[in-house]
Amino acid sequence: MIELRGVCKRLGSREVLRGLDLVVPEGLNYVLMGRSGTGKSVTLKHVIGILRPDAGSVKVDGVEVPGLRRKELQELRRKMGYLFQNGALINWLTVEENVALPLVENTRMARSEIRDRVQETLKVVGMDHAARQFPPDVSGGMRLRAGLARALVGRPRYVLYDEPNAGLDPIMARQIHELIAHVRDRFQVTGLLVTHSRQCALDTGDRIGVLDEGRIVAEGTMEEMWQSTHPLVRSFLSGHAD
Amino acid sequence: MSGTKPTVRGWLEPVRQAGAQVDEVLCAAGYTVGLLVRTFAATRYLPRRRRFFLDAAHAAGVKSMPVSLVVALFAGMILALQTGIELRRLGQTELIGNILSLSMCREMGPFMTGIILAATVGSAIAAEVGTMKVSDEVTALDVMSIDVANYIVLPRVAAMTLMCPTVTVVTDLVGIAGGAVVSHFHLGITQQTYWLAVRESLTSTTSILPKDVYVGLVKAIVFGCTIAIVSCSAGLRAGGGALGVGRAVQRAVMASIILIIVLGYAITWLFYFLLPE
Ligand SMILES: Nc1ncnc2c1ncn2[C@@H]1O[C@H](COP(=O)(O)OP(=O)(O)OP(=O)(O)O)[C@@H](O)[C@H]1O
Ligand SMILES: [Mg+2]
Repeated sequence: MIELRGVCKRLGSREVLRGLDLVVPEGLNYVLMGRSGTGKSVTLKHVIGILRPDAGSVKVDGVEVPGLRRKELQELRRKMGYLFQNGALINWLTVEENVALPLVENTRMARSEIRDRVQETLKVVGMDHAARQFPPDVSGGMRLRAGLARALVGRPRYVLYDEPNAGLDPIMARQIHELIAHVRDRFQVTGLLVTHSRQCALDTGDRIGVLDEGRIVAEGTMEEMWQSTHPLVRSFLSGHAD
Repeated sequence: MSGTKPTVRGWLEPVRQAGAQVDEVLCAAGYTVGLLVRTFAATRYLPRRRRFFLDAAHAAGVKSMPVSLVVALFAGMILALQTGIELRRLGQTELIGNILSLSMCREMGPFMTGIILAATVGSAIAAEVGTMKVSDEVTALDVMSIDVANYIVLPRVAAMTLMCPTVTVVTDLVGIAGGAVVSHFHLGITQQTYWLAVRESLTSTTSILPKDVYVGLVKAIVFGCTIAIVSCSAGLRAGGGALGVGRAVQRAVMASIILIIVLGYAITWLFYFLLPE
């Protein structure tokens, strides 16, 4: 379980998070919606321990993330995958090598074992045919898939998705959404997604939260959200924000 | 607002700005030194990074070689011409070989190579690492618990530390050869006289390498390491998209050139004044 309580964070002169409360239940995909620049990426960075809150607590599996020492943080990060906004693959490694990277660097797995695991993971995201290509030579959707494979290759319990549909055409975006839903069932991962796309929330969200002014202003299942009268929720759901 | 009489705040503004600049430079210097320490601490992983190391070394050599060759050749020719004019007045033209080989090996070779590497390879490193930074690749490495100093910086620093002296040797030789051409055609020195003088200057009876040669190589090694670490550091501190990458490249080249001059002076002082023979 991922649990944020009263998280405040000031970056530069802006108070980005102002007492954010957020609970991501086990085994679900939680979609955090919000306009650009509301602090969605900042929230994810708190969960994985890149940023520390000025106040409040961030817990993963009951462990306080900001209090962890380097080794413990590395241990925790092994349980988490992170899909970056554009995949964030290393350009001079092939797709296959990118996906293998966390295993090669951080585990003592045998080469053959790593190769099998990478193949299997690439197959799940539908990238096995492009394993030998370099990231700059493949499409944005494919880079994102490869990024997802890299996030999943260590078989994490949690995956954090940062705008998994940014810059994709609607068809490609739908495919990625389906993949995210599939990944949840296939590997039993708990997902925290941030997005401003209604379609993404519809396709992948088990629970939805709307972030505004550094706080969650509305939260619930998709059905509950349809009932909401909050203006921001209404504008997200009517698709104006897409 | 008073247009004619600046307020106290107005007067202090340049001071405040200068203070902020100093602060920024100190922060950058601190970060760079820290990065250097982390990189040295990771040296034992170099065998694992041999592929990146070889790539980086190859890139450094290939990128800088054409410019280095042309610059070295003409620098040697200019030096021979200028010095030759004076030597001819004194009737000592046969000394040209000694003067050229010493000035190339001691100072000009490492210095020119350093500047050229900073402009060609250092800028490329800063751009590459800066692009990785602004496209979240560096954060991704962090999240995967992969040390940036070990994975990105180490192979580049090692490659430059090796390639800078290598290119310097080539630069030295080409510069001396340029001197030979000018001596032959403009000063009427025979090839034999010239190269005998060169050999006399560049061999030592007491050690394998004469001081003039190895101090030059020490400089080149320090320059190579400095250029790489400064460029990586600038890249890793880049922020704010493509514009930030551009600024990082500019900072990297500027800082490298300044450090080359200052460190060049410091090394000369160390070897010729503090530890004379
Ligand atoms: N390292 C930083 N230093 C200063 N300000 C920052 C930093 N990181 C983020 N911010 C600011 O915090 C705010 C929230 O940023 P964040 O990246 O979380 O937005 P977001 O909700 O993910 O938006 P987007 O949809 O554009 O990705 C922005 O105004 C940004 O300028
Ligand atoms: Mg974001």
